[in-house]
Amino acid sequence: MPDQPQPALRMTGISKAFAGVQALKAVDFSVLPGEVHGLVGENGAGKSTLMRILSGATRPDSGEIIWRGRRQEFASPAAAQAAGIAMIHQELSLVPGASVAENLLLGHEPVNRAGLLRRTEMLDIAVRIMSDLGVPIDVRRPVEDYPLAVQQMVEVGKALSRDASLIVMDEPTSPLPDTEADRLFDTIRYLRDRGISVVYISHRMEEIYRICDRVTVLRDGELVGVAPISGVARDRLIEWMVGRRIDTLFPRRQLAPGEELLRIEALSLPSHEGEGRLLLDNVCLNLRAGEIVGIAGLRGAGASELMGAVFGRYGCRPTGSVALKGDPVRFTSPAQAIRGGLAMLTCDRKATGLIMPLSVLHNMTLSALPDIAPSGILRRSAELRRAEPLFRQLNVRAASLDAEVSGLSGGNQQKVALAKWLMTEPQCLLLDEPTRGIDVGAKHEIYELMNRLVEQGKGILLTTSELPELLAMSDRIFVMHRGKVTAEFTRAEATRERVMAAAMEAPGE
Amino acid sequence: MSDPPENRPKSETPEASRASWGILALRLLGRHRGIAALVAVFILGCIVSPRNLRTGEIVFLTPRNQSNVLFEYSEYGLLAVGMTLVILTAGIDLSVGSVLGFVATLFSFLVIAKGMHLAPAVLICIAAGCGIGATSGLLVAKLRIQPFVATLAMMAAARGAAKLVSGGIKIAHGARPWYVLQDAPPPVFEWMTAPYAGGWLRPVTLLFLVTIVIAALVVRYTRFGRYLYAVGGNEEAARLSGVAVARTKVLAYLISGLTAALAGISSACRMGYGDPEAGATFELDAIAAVVIGGSSLMGGRGGVMLTLIGTLIIGYVNKILSLIGWQEAQRLLAKGVIIVLAVVIQETRRRRE
Repeated sequence: MPDQPQPALRMTGISKAFAGVQALKAVDFSVLPGEVHGLVGENGAGKSTLMRILSGATRPDSGEIIWRGRRQEFASPAAAQAAGIAMIHQELSLVPGASVAENLLLGHEPVNRAGLLRRTEMLDIAVRIMSDLGVPIDVRRPVEDYPLAVQQMVEVGKALSRDASLIVMDEPTSPLPDTEADRLFDTIRYLRDRGISVVYISHRMEEIYRICDRVTVLRDGELVGVAPISGVARDRLIEWMVGRRIDTLFPRRQLAPGEELLRIEALSLPSHEGEGRLLLDNVCLNLRAGEIVGIAGLRGAGASELMGAVFGRYGCRPTGSVALKGDPVRFTSPAQAIRGGLAMLTCDRKATGLIMPLSVLHNMTLSALPDIAPSGILRRSAELRRAEPLFRQLNVRAASLDAEVSGLSGGNQQKVALAKWLMTEPQCLLLDEPTRGIDVGAKHEIYELMNRLVEQGKGILLTTSELPELLAMSDRIFVMHRGKVTAEFTRAEATRERVMAAAMEAPGE
Repeated sequence: MSDPPENRPKSETPEASRASWGILALRLLGRHRGIAALVAVFILGCIVSPRNLRTGEIVFLTPRNQSNVLFEYSEYGLLAVGMTLVILTAGIDLSVGSVLGFVATLFSFLVIAKGMHLAPAVLICIAAGCGIGATSGLLVAKLRIQPFVATLAMMAAARGAAKLVSGGIKIAHGARPWYVLQDAPPPVFEWMTAPYAGGWLRPVTLLFLVTIVIAALVVRYTRFGRYLYAVGGNEEAARLSGVAVARTKVLAYLISGLTAALAGISSACRMGYGDPEAGATFELDAIAAVVIGGSSLMGGRGGVMLTLIGTLIIGYVNKILSLIGWQEAQRLLAKGVIIVLAVVIQETRRRRE
């Protein structure tokens, strides 16, 4: 075997067009054995098309794939899997009700001559795989009993059980809280040490620098650059991706805060089953005009619930008091909250944000319809008059306002979701993960938009699992842990370490 | 500027604009497969239809035949209109066939047996239909019972009510001595089904067409209509966007009950009596019309005019097959094939987009 690194995978001159749109133009991509290779670029840059070609889901128009020294054409995902290439998507492909062991060995279970499962052997293999990965869990329990981070490990284990020697991970940390991301990185290092190559797709610069050995940048279907990560500065990498210079990723401009817009006092929320646990426990905070207030905390700490409780999402369940501009309010439905001047961008635009089968226009006007069409009769001209300026101002890249929103990229969908709320002209915006899963360019535009909004005297309550973003954008930060506010920092006081410490444990415990 | 290439106008050059009418027509048909299918079925009808031996005219095209298709399918069509609204919300209304039967017997009971005036009888029938629909809607929206189950229950209950009103037999003139019976069918029955305008139109047909146009306008041009799509497309997102989800759903089922009541009155007039068994399995034909038109059973996609197309396709195909002498057995088999074909065509288009 050669000692100098021969690429395990070499894709050369890959081109692919869909319906006249050139998705990839003669792209070269190679991965060394035991390398963590970052694949970055804005949405629509061609990353997923390239990976779909690698995994056999799509065939290229031209170009060739050399895998472990042999020319390959994967006709189907099954063929690529058999050759040792595994994909881990954001939406995991596990059977939730089946046990961990069954999931790990799904499709190639050890069987005896009669075709019956060999249960003990199955369990042995499963236990070995999971302990190798550093997550020694009970493999007999259904996979749905475990948190998402563990489920992701099961997915990695599934790839290992099929002797994968290249694993593609598509934004694996996007649904994970920060602490769990660390565990995933340990696993990736373990894979690397075993000589397994990892292609790591992410929009998070931090992670690319933490975990990757080399990085390939795509833009508009073309290869922009390949470099060892240590040899390329962050600004330059962003410039490669976006095609222009972005001076500061977080362009926060600070203002003197104005009058108090929102005051939350002693807000509590019992859990749905009424088993005594509180999702929110005596939360107090306030938000002033011209201010961005951040809520930090691990996933499930209560930031989303806090926003939902203020917004009337939980009906009559929350207790405590909320005041808008000094007037006590009690919203028991989102419709009331919208009338009161609130807007809530939910953390999952697909599940709770947008109506996917509807057009961009109809999504944008949905919340403002009582205002646009007070008589109940819709007029297209009235809708367009309200929506068009915002559509242009937010620079939404869609074929037209009548395009179905499901066909837009993540960043543009997020802009449509935001536009929907801006159309209601809210006083306070509750933003739950406003930049989740969108590319650097679109993130930057959303930060700029947040700046403009607070300059107009609005207040923003922000929560995000990306701590650098929260630290950079917030004027004040409240930290939550298990439904309680455990600390409050000013912008000057807040550091990564202090916020994380407060997020991990409640004081006095 | 940021248009994907395929959306850029290609017909800006003069030589291209000459051919553009044809291209436009083709593109229109490509985008609206329902219309294309309807046109194809219509042409097929003209081709395979037998000719009148004496005059040589194509039987399929005669006004009598054309108006018969609309006349015979106006009840299915009425049910399908309300069904469309419910399906847009990602629901289903299995009770419409039974509501038709209930209202048909109720209407006959009031008019034939009780000798009631037309206006109060119609109002009572419509109120009954709306009441049943609203009940389904409340079960679905407030008690969160699955639409299939909730309306299955209403389907059984409404059929029971039909038999209760009629005593289990048909209510016709000159029967059942313990009612105050009319000697002849009430004039409304004849009037509703008599042909006008040279045989092209009957009031029952007109009722269907007017209802479908009103429903189409409501769905397209009112806030309630938009909310139907929003609720069906993503209920939780709609609620968080300020849409009154429960009210929208209840209203959709209520309208479904209303159109079922109109269909029930039509049915009684067409048959000349109130049959407690009327409308059995009609709910399935109504669903078929909606699906063949191209609305999605998953909700959020579709439209009332698509349902008109779906109804006409079923009606035409049935008529063509009976013109060429197929029996009901074969016609049912053909209907099964058409439903599958329609869905497959719609799905491939959606996936390609």
